[in-house]
Amino acid sequence: MTLRAATALVGAYDTAVGVVPGVTPTELCAEAIRGAVADAGLALGDVDGLITCNAMAQPILYHAEAMAEYLQLFPKLCLSLATGGGTTVTALAHAAAAIQAGEVDTVVLAMADSLRSGLTRDQAMRMQSSTGHPDFEQPYGPTVPAYYALIAQAHMARYGTRPEHFARVAVDTRAHAARNETAQKRDPITVEDVLASRPIADPLRLLDCSLVSDGGSAVVLTRADRARDLARPPVYCLGFGEGHSHEHISQAHDLTASAARESGAAAFAMAGLGPTDLAFAQLYDCFTPTVLVELEDLGFCAKGEGGTYLASEGMGPGARLPVNTHGGMLSHCHPGNPGAMFALTEAVRQLRGDCGERQVAGAEAGLVHAQGGIMSSHATLVLGREV
Amino acid sequence: MERIQPQRIDGLAAPYFAGCREGELRLQHCPSCGHWQFYPRPFCTACGAEAPAWEAASGQGTVASFSVVRRGLSPAYEAPYTVALVDLAEGPRMMSVIIGCEPEAVTVGAPVTVCFEQWSEDLSLPVFRLDETGGVK
Ligand SMILES: [Zn+2]
Repeated sequence: MTLRAATALVGAYDTAVGVVPGVTPTELCAEAIRGAVADAGLALGDVDGLITCNAMAQPILYHAEAMAEYLQLFPKLCLSLATGGGTTVTALAHAAAAIQAGEVDTVVLAMADSLRSGLTRDQAMRMQSSTGHPDFEQPYGPTVPAYYALIAQAHMARYGTRPEHFARVAVDTRAHAARNETAQKRDPITVEDVLASRPIADPLRLLDCSLVSDGGSAVVLTRADRARDLARPPVYCLGFGEGHSHEHISQAHDLTASAARESGAAAFAMAGLGPTDLAFAQLYDCFTPTVLVELEDLGFCAKGEGGTYLASEGMGPGARLPVNTHGGMLSHCHPGNPGAMFALTEAVRQLRGDCGERQVAGAEAGLVHAQGGIMSSHATLVLGREV
Repeated sequence: MERIQPQRIDGLAAPYFAGCREGELRLQHCPSCGHWQFYPRPFCTACGAEAPAWEAASGQGTVASFSVVRRGLSPAYEAPYTVALVDLAEGPRMMSVIIGCEPEAVTVGAPVTVCFEQWSEDLSLPVFRLDETGGVK
């Protein structure tokens, strides 16, 4: 039995993002859960499934259990999941499967963290670089930007991709953020600005790197038949796909192609849609090369042509395929693992037609892609207004 | 301030780190199917055979990719330094650093040769130099 259109997103909520001091990740997570449930026109008691992800700034051993207790929620399904940045879409796929199996009716997926205010810069850097192999990678001092720079450099060597191609991702993302008053960075930038920003790990410069932020976000997922009677227009989950290729970048079988090929192909096949059917795509943008590789691997352009695609088509407002219409993690916010949650809530708002100045005209279907680790775990979701 | 040390140098990986001390890069080599692997496991990932043997590798390889880190991980890591993925002649890929040259001299595909750098009082780790002689074919 297919998961196609079995479930719909009926509630979405983002807390304040960026620099949000004096509030713990638990408080942000609770606000997001309550906000998303209210947005759906439901009560907390209607929620029988809760999925969360642990917070780096406030690690809790049994995170989802602790959040349920905090809210005095007594669900039938209560899980803390962790596939890094991919958690958002991976968790949603499993929530949808649990709903379709009849295990639960209504699941809240909620994530929050305070990387900006809850950790020092060095703590945040160490925490994130600990994704490297403790014996055979970390001793050499790779930073998280360096891991992604290895992918960028390999892509440049193999396909002739240039730093200005990566820079275009940052520039167009910022143009989206300029239209989103909640975004952390809104001042327009140029390719020259990116190329002149501080070198971090060649070929990546400061403006090729995502932000470090605080923030929380939640969505409510329920049965499609139930969704039609709720407060907001339902946004149907039409296709899910996952792909997993490695954890450590030194063990990746291919540096320039990712398991987004598998996750994207599976999601499109389930949805019965293809790349040209979408009004927008929200792609994981921890660093600019990530987006370029995802554009290729999800089939928005041919393999190796991400650079020329970005140079000719772009991905900003008005582009053939606008990408990261909220401003992504490069310009909206990146509180670590929750990063892709804001891509998901943006996709919901775009498909509801609620995006005001930045609304993509006639948005009927869109895509959210999340990845975790170092291009390790990939999960793709195709969403639509209609079944 | 000391650089990050490998967490576990005894047990399964002991022959690897012993090799590093003796200036020899050792990899696991499966006697059943001939597969070379890194990092170490108690089985061969190609054929499933138990207990692959440890053997000396050639120490030759090519740069699969690299990045000159301009903002170091911590004060123990003085930037710039060049983190690289090295494709060893035997097949496995490993992370390391390229030393002994200007960062700008490193390119994808460049041949490299292993050498060993003291990481703590009693531990060395394999690092690589650009191979001026042309390296592996
Ligand atoms: Zn074998």
